[in-house]
Amino acid sequence: MKPYRVSVHITPRKGILDPQGKAVEGALHSLGFPEVRDVHVGRHIVIETEAANDDEARDSVRRMCERLLANPVTEDFEIESASER
Amino acid sequence: MKFGVVTFPGSNCDYDAYRAVVDTFGEEASYIWHKDHDLQDADVVILPGGFSYGDYLRPGAIARFSPVMQEVIAHAKRGGPVLAICNGFQIACEAGLLPGALLRNESLQFVSSAVNLRVENASTMFTSEYREGQVITVPIAHGDGRFTADDGIVSDLEETGRVVFRYVSPAGEVDPAFNPNGSVNAIAGIVNEAGNVLGMMPHPERALDDTLGSSDGRALFESLLAKVEA
Repeated sequence: MKPYRVSVHITPRKGILDPQGKAVEGALHSLGFPEVRDVHVGRHIVIETEAANDDEARDSVRRMCERLLANPVTEDFEIESASER
Repeated sequence: MKFGVVTFPGSNCDYDAYRAVVDTFGEEASYIWHKDHDLQDADVVILPGGFSYGDYLRPGAIARFSPVMQEVIAHAKRGGPVLAICNGFQIACEAGLLPGALLRNESLQFVSSAVNLRVENASTMFTSEYREGQVITVPIAHGDGRFTADDGIVSDLEETGRVVFRYVSPAGEVDPAFNPNGSVNAIAGIVNEAGNVLGMMPHPERALDDTLGSSDGRALFESLLAKVEA
């Protein structure tokens, strides 16, 4: 087993109204960034864990996402990176 | 008849629920700590409002793994009534007792006010003392009450009469101006397939006395008492 650091991005599922993202989009427009077309506000979770290898670290975090970290009804998740520490 | 009011760290309507059934209806009730494995012979379980576990991660996401929730799920599977109010509704959805999820209000504002609800199904064990189509006034107090579910689930809920309460205008019409949180189809409360788990964002336990604004929540408890004692 080796120590791993795994990063996960959790975002509102596409098609679900994201008022927080809309509010931030509006604020960016009024700050002079009219080019902004869409904003989604989610969560970034960093997990320090142990695994035999990269695949196992990702697989275990994927199961954590399915069970707790993301709500499958409303959120999508993406495992951004798993790196040996 | 015995009520069990589950208390999670961060629950803040457990006392309201307890006083409602004990003071207003003279029934027996006990608090059940979230770490307990024993429902203390409760006939009806109330999952009260509040901010269990500080709403960390998502409202209800962590509470659902409390030891007591395994017992509540078993109770629900046996057909035992579960009344899930506000944060309780969020927990029930996270626990899979009810479909869908409660998201941040569309306005991003915490809304604390009295709202009008239309009773969409008066044949559930929670609503038999109401009339179908009756418009009642019940308070809400939440920041994450926007009911959301996949289209297929929403149409299933609608077609099978599982939408129990809907946010409406005082005249009883669905109107976006009277949807306080942006819930799909203005859904305020639903039951599970078996009809023994009711989840609702509004607080019927705070609508028991006209001097406090409304007594329209009484019929919900009266329905339960009539059903469970029958």
